[in-house]
Amino acid sequence: MTEFAPGDRVRVRPAGKPGHVRTPGYLKGHSGWIEGVIGHFPSPEDLAYGLSGQPKRPLYRVGFRQADLWEDYAGATDDHLYADVYEHWLEPGGKE
Amino acid sequence: MSDDNTHSHPHKEVQHERSPYASHVRAMEALLVEKGVLTEPEIQDRIAYMESRSPANGAMLVARAWTDPKFKQRLLSDAKSAARELGLDPTHEAELIVVENTPEVHNLIVCTLCSCYPRAVLGRPPDWYKSFEYRSRAVREPRAVMREFGFEPPEGVEVAVYDSTADVRYMVLPMRPPGTEGMDEEDLAALVTRDALIGVSVPRPTAPAS
Repeated sequence: MTEFAPGDRVRVRPAGKPGHVRTPGYLKGHSGWIEGVIGHFPSPEDLAYGLSGQPKRPLYRVGFRQADLWEDYAGATDDHLYADVYEHWLEPGGKE
Repeated sequence: MSDDNTHSHPHKEVQHERSPYASHVRAMEALLVEKGVLTEPEIQDRIAYMESRSPANGAMLVARAWTDPKFKQRLLSDAKSAARELGLDPTHEAELIVVENTPEVHNLIVCTLCSCYPRAVLGRPPDWYKSFEYRSRAVREPRAVMREFGFEPPEGVEVAVYDSTADVRYMVLPMRPPGTEGMDEEDLAALVTRDALIGVSVPRPTAPAS
């Protein structure tokens, strides 16, 4: 079971969390879409400290428009960036 | 190298200065061995494992995909099992996903958080891949980075950057260069550089000078 499906608009939570986190800061607060569901994996945020990482967390490939990520982006308007983001770092919505 | 030798005869041995990080790693290694967490043979085995991987493995996968459309489909849908078909052992890879360059899209791989790389197939990443400069610039100005590697995607081609932030390791399947129609798999593989597998460049129709 996953909360999101391909095509859904999502926003990367702008939250901070100390310790080992796999959600890069430059994506926080930015909106994109679910490009695909990669699978379920033990949480790396727990694995890093010797914990089990259970239960497994859904991991998504999330797509972003480069022009949405960087105000001064110098490439083409069609340029995209894809990152793998765990479900607990995503919330629904965000602007088109 | 410092000139503070207290005696005059020349030393032939290579002198390595040990960086603070290297000293740190050696100390950790010694402690792990002392506490029985690891053994020296295990460490040597791991080094041998990593040294046995190289970009040639990726080049072999690409050359087969260029010459066998069904293999290409398997490589794109289940890269690990496709790698096993060619005798590679991607068991220790997290997930392995191959992304295909097309006339419409050019792909570039980076790991902004650290240095995630398909090591079980390609071995260790190049030093620049781990540099702060590459990791920060590849996401923010990928086209400028590629230009510095001597490659500029043609007009109208979308650049797609893959940031390997979690459990997936990515490799690029470049496009087969024009003018290589008569070449066999081995010659084709010689065209596929490590840089092309990361996506900062593309294979050229003649093999790079070795």
